[in-house]
Amino acid sequence: MSFTIGMYSVATALVCGAIFGFALERAGFASACKLTAQLRFRDWTVFNVMFTAILVCAFGLFILEMTGFISKNEIYIPSAFIYATLLGGAGVGAGMAVGGFCPGTSVVGIFSGHMDGVVFFLGLILGTVVFAGVYNAVEPMLTALPAPEAQTVPELLGLPTIVVLLMLTAVAAGVGYFTTRTPKPKQRGTDTGGQTAEPGNA
Amino acid sequence: MQTAPKPYWNPYIAGGLLGLGLLLTFVLTGHGLGASGATTAIAAKTSQTVAGNAAESNAYFGRMLSDGYNPLNFWITWQLIGLAVGALIGALTAGRFRLQFGGPDKLGRAKRGGLALLGGMLAGFGARLSLGCTSGLGLSGSATLGVAGFLFLIGFFATGAGVGLFMKRYWA
Repeated sequence: MSFTIGMYSVATALVCGAIFGFALERAGFASACKLTAQLRFRDWTVFNVMFTAILVCAFGLFILEMTGFISKNEIYIPSAFIYATLLGGAGVGAGMAVGGFCPGTSVVGIFSGHMDGVVFFLGLILGTVVFAGVYNAVEPMLTALPAPEAQTVPELLGLPTIVVLLMLTAVAAGVGYFTTRTPKPKQRGTDTGGQTAEPGNA
Repeated sequence: MQTAPKPYWNPYIAGGLLGLGLLLTFVLTGHGLGASGATTAIAAKTSQTVAGNAAESNAYFGRMLSDGYNPLNFWITWQLIGLAVGALIGALTAGRFRLQFGGPDKLGRAKRGGLALLGGMLAGFGARLSLGCTSGLGLSGSATLGVAGFLFLIGFFATGAGVGLFMKRYWA
């Protein structure tokens, strides 16, 4: 068995992956209860963490491109296939509602001691094998109705990147305002709902 | 004596660190973070080990598999290992590492296990349809402002919330 991957790639993968895993753990994403509370609209942490990360990275990429530190064609932008991308998202969303995790967070769960994460991970492998088994049947749908290759939202809407970034920031700030206010404490022993649903989420 | 685990971070602090880590990944490699790329490589390798010819002649795995196919030759697999290490460090330093079987608290362990397996299968299948999961498409794709990332997130949250309403009865 020979390795074709270089040490530099292994090092960047381990470092970037470790930051990823640490941040997800600190956000509380090892817990299926915390993750699915978003889907029950009891806890907006998943949305707020994800949107913050997207905005921080998107503003960073924007600034690095503006200053010429990186060029746009060095950055990989995925291409959308309307049916496949939407249906895939639906599958992963249903999977989280039913099984408590998504692929990345199941690994965070496993390494925090959550055995349901182990079972979910085995399901991931099994689901991938099932996909391979029916590949010939679903293959025509995978590339049906493609959007333009590597299209971005600013290109789709015909707006400058900074305008889209500011619009997304407004959405994030609006959702954040209505979801992170500390709920008024009710009488002891009653369900306060939302942010205080799980201990440790002050 | 067991001490209480440290509280979770404020969502904006955790999200900020996640965003900076993602930005670093783009600067160093040109692409973002992910998870389902590695699970696909593991699924292909496992199928080859267990089923041999059947996996190699499969229309999907066959294109990937070759002699000496090794998931450890892919960046994404090492990133998943890093993800595991980072999560373990996070859980241990917060005093949060605890063996447990989570899931809907109104259900017994067998039913929780069945749901976790079914959910994993749905997510594994779905991530192959969309060529990425919540990390690779939803997070990394959206950070590049790619239409694919946001389209994925719409499907993810809409379906997740719909099925989540149905699952609500099993949670306290």
